[in-house]
Amino acid sequence: MSVTIKYFAWLRERVGKAEEDMILPAGVNTLTDLIAHLRRQGEEYDHAFATEGVVRAALDKRHAPLDAAIGGAREIAFFPPMTGG
Amino acid sequence: MAAEIAALTAGRTDIGAVVTFTGICRGQDDGRDVCALTLETYEEMALAELSRLEAEARQRWPLQGSTIIHRHGRLQPGDNIVLVICASAHRHAAFEAASFLMDYLKTRAPFWKAEEAAGGERRWIAAKTEDDEAAERW
Repeated sequence: MSVTIKYFAWLRERVGKAEEDMILPAGVNTLTDLIAHLRRQGEEYDHAFATEGVVRAALDKRHAPLDAAIGGAREIAFFPPMTGG
Repeated sequence: MAAEIAALTAGRTDIGAVVTFTGICRGQDDGRDVCALTLETYEEMALAELSRLEAEARQRWPLQGSTIIHRHGRLQPGDNIVLVICASAHRHAAFEAASFLMDYLKTRAPFWKAEEAAGGERRWIAAKTEDDEAAERW
């Protein structure tokens, strides 16, 4: 299944791109699985996701805990804790 | 802001209280001079999330109306960042709902601030634990 992955703020800067399309490999079921998969894709990903427990995520534009199943979501976003307002 | 208040109250006589909150870009932060603030957003999610927050506020408090406006892009000290307006029959609901919306918006609406110092140095602002604590009291 192809998904769009979006990155924001310093996560976007560290990964070096705002978004990408990806076919999720077998065995990637949760957001945590996806992070582990991404971290193996290169140093920039490893660096971006190195700060365990800081990165937040959304599935189809809704906040999701990292242990959430990706299920049929088409858009996955990773970002730092929000600092708006 | 006057126009936004008028949009909520025009032609109505059931509103007895309007509370507004305006967040403004400061020129100093932690003793550093700030020359600009860039707000990045995940726009589609921000719109969805702000509607969800407003829906929750309207379930919890008897509101006659509410408005949230959040800017993004590059802002300078003195510029408005966010406007929250809550209208209700009595003041308590309006005060509480406005405070709830701001506390929740800070921790749930997808906006990220990067601060530019006078020398051009840019840094992402870190989230504050007191913002999480403020959201948890609701």
